[in-house]
Amino acid sequence: MQTFLISHLPALLVALPLLCGFLMPVIGRAGPRVRNGWVLLGGALTAITGLLLAIQVLRFGPVTYVFGAAHTTQTLAENPAAAFPIRIMFEIDALGALMIINTTLATLAVIIYSVAAEAKQSGLDMFYALFYLLIAGVYGMVATGDLFNFFVFLEITSLAGAALVAYRIDRGVAVEAGLKYALLSTLAALAVLTAIGILFGQYNALNIAALASRLQFTPLDKVALCLLIVPLAMKCGAVPMHFWTPDVYTTAPSSVTAFLVISSQASLYGLFRVLFSLYGAMLSWATFGWFLIILGVLSAFIGVTMAIPQKDVKRLMAYHAVSQTGYMLLAVGVGLAVLGNASALAKFGRAAIAGGLFHIINYASCKGLLFLTAGAIFLRTGTRNLNRLGALGHAMPVTMVLFMIAALAIAGIPPFNGFASKLMIYQSVFHFSPLLAIVAMIVSILTLASFVKVFQALFMGPRRPEFANVREVPRPMLIGMSVLAAYIVIAGIFPQFFVTRMIAPAVNALLDRAGYIATILGGI
Amino acid sequence: MKMTKIVRTTADAFYPFCLVFGLYVVTHGHLTPGGGFQGGAVMATGTALLIVSRSYREITGRLRQTMLKLCEAFGLMLFLLAGLQSLANARPFLGNWLTQTGGFVGSVVSYGPNPGSLDTGGLVPLLNVGVGLEVFGGLTLIILCMLSGIKEDRP
Repeated sequence: MQTFLISHLPALLVALPLLCGFLMPVIGRAGPRVRNGWVLLGGALTAITGLLLAIQVLRFGPVTYVFGAAHTTQTLAENPAAAFPIRIMFEIDALGALMIINTTLATLAVIIYSVAAEAKQSGLDMFYALFYLLIAGVYGMVATGDLFNFFVFLEITSLAGAALVAYRIDRGVAVEAGLKYALLSTLAALAVLTAIGILFGQYNALNIAALASRLQFTPLDKVALCLLIVPLAMKCGAVPMHFWTPDVYTTAPSSVTAFLVISSQASLYGLFRVLFSLYGAMLSWATFGWFLIILGVLSAFIGVTMAIPQKDVKRLMAYHAVSQTGYMLLAVGVGLAVLGNASALAKFGRAAIAGGLFHIINYASCKGLLFLTAGAIFLRTGTRNLNRLGALGHAMPVTMVLFMIAALAIAGIPPFNGFASKLMIYQSVFHFSPLLAIVAMIVSILTLASFVKVFQALFMGPRRPEFANVREVPRPMLIGMSVLAAYIVIAGIFPQFFVTRMIAPAVNALLDRAGYIATILGGI
Repeated sequence: MKMTKIVRTTADAFYPFCLVFGLYVVTHGHLTPGGGFQGGAVMATGTALLIVSRSYREITGRLRQTMLKLCEAFGLMLFLLAGLQSLANARPFLGNWLTQTGGFVGSVVSYGPNPGSLDTGGLVPLLNVGVGLEVFGGLTLIILCMLSGIKEDRP
């Protein structure tokens, strides 16, 4: 029974959220209490599956799962003479495991939070059905080893995300944001599909490992590369293409926003996967490294400078999301730029990539927590305008502490996790180019300045009569937020544990293109 | 918004044919071009004919949203449970555990030209039925929801 469950974990990772979501309209008819129980049960089962799978990958190496075959590890066709991968496969290496842990953490927090936060809203059956569809899509994106399958999950994530953004109609603003997100996602997906078509037409394969082993880097492949990296950079909100993030993150319900951050990071994962595992050795490393670095620096700087003048608290956080994504692009770009230089890679390249990957999960927890606290404040006060809010520290002390933890972590203040990953980024980037490290530090200082302002505007000051009825939010919301806060504090105090157990294997997996191919093709 | 008697009668006459043709496309999904999605879309086209030829209030008496939602959920559940049942039969998710086992969908196909045996394919016809139900329910629901936004004519 035990081995049976473990061998099928990758399938359950996507099947369980789908099952939970699709049964929601039926179970919802039994009343809100039963539905909430079902939502929590589904979230717990999904989280357990994700954690078990990630632990298995980190302990015993990459996991493959072949759908519809005779057995789960049959990666090649039955005929040994013409052995090539034909079926849809999941391939989860340590990098995938990192992303799965990231998604699991957010799932757990967001599900517990939304059960209480959305309790008084209508249309909840479909809301949760879409939410579980979004979760299944993100898990699929980070677990799949098939390029077309990646596109399918990208579409699932985009459509479910767009529908959720527009779910609470707020005088048409939410609908506009949802439409914008749907339109841009469709455009991105179309470009990705064209690239997949180009690659499939030339190499007769859709499996990422098989494609990587056959790639010739013809001019058409270069077109496909552009068509893959530009949409994925747009989906993760890098700066020249960041214009959708403020609208979408602001108008979506807060629990959805916290999870949309994760879905953006799944696109970031796709971007890294394409650059390192699919094209890898073919690329001119300096060119593409600097491409990521420039995207990263632009995102970091423009994001934070746009955030400072914002009046809407969630819009401000959305611009900070753009800014923090810049750190990951910058750090991984530095690693990519020195990929050909073994001594530089060992000296600071690996550390840069490790910092970038560590910042993914750290940023997701901080930003998720910030969006959730913003949602808690909106739930109790009904406004997101910083000029009208104030003095909430008297009535909402726990939310205030949680906000403080998240804000200090994202600004890179010890002893929180943002400090650990940002320090790794500063140190390694300084070896590459001191100027870039200085820009990164300035951005961090501006982030701190901006959050000091927000903190003061939200929580400080004497009691106000208009907020006399404001109370602390319900306990499930606090528990959901505490899940993320606990990770922030633990990873901030014991970063070494996470770096050696989780991040270092992920860096090795990202750099080991031959290993990624051999997992499927068996060293052919 | 009510169409003329000619339109309504024609829609009524077409409706059963659309459903039967849709069901044909769904059940022959593993033999002929088409399949669950296409067949479900054909069936939904039949109900769309009924819907556009009548008023919203009149049509919701015959087609209830709850029924369609359940239809959609049931189709999806059929697909997922058929996939999960593979695990119980010592195969990966969606592994074809029904093929060549005899019985309702598990006949062995003889080599050479054949007229197309419906009782083959194993899991595939079941998945087609699931997808067909889901698409039928979902598309009809979308059309109904769009129609509910149209203003009714005052009699």
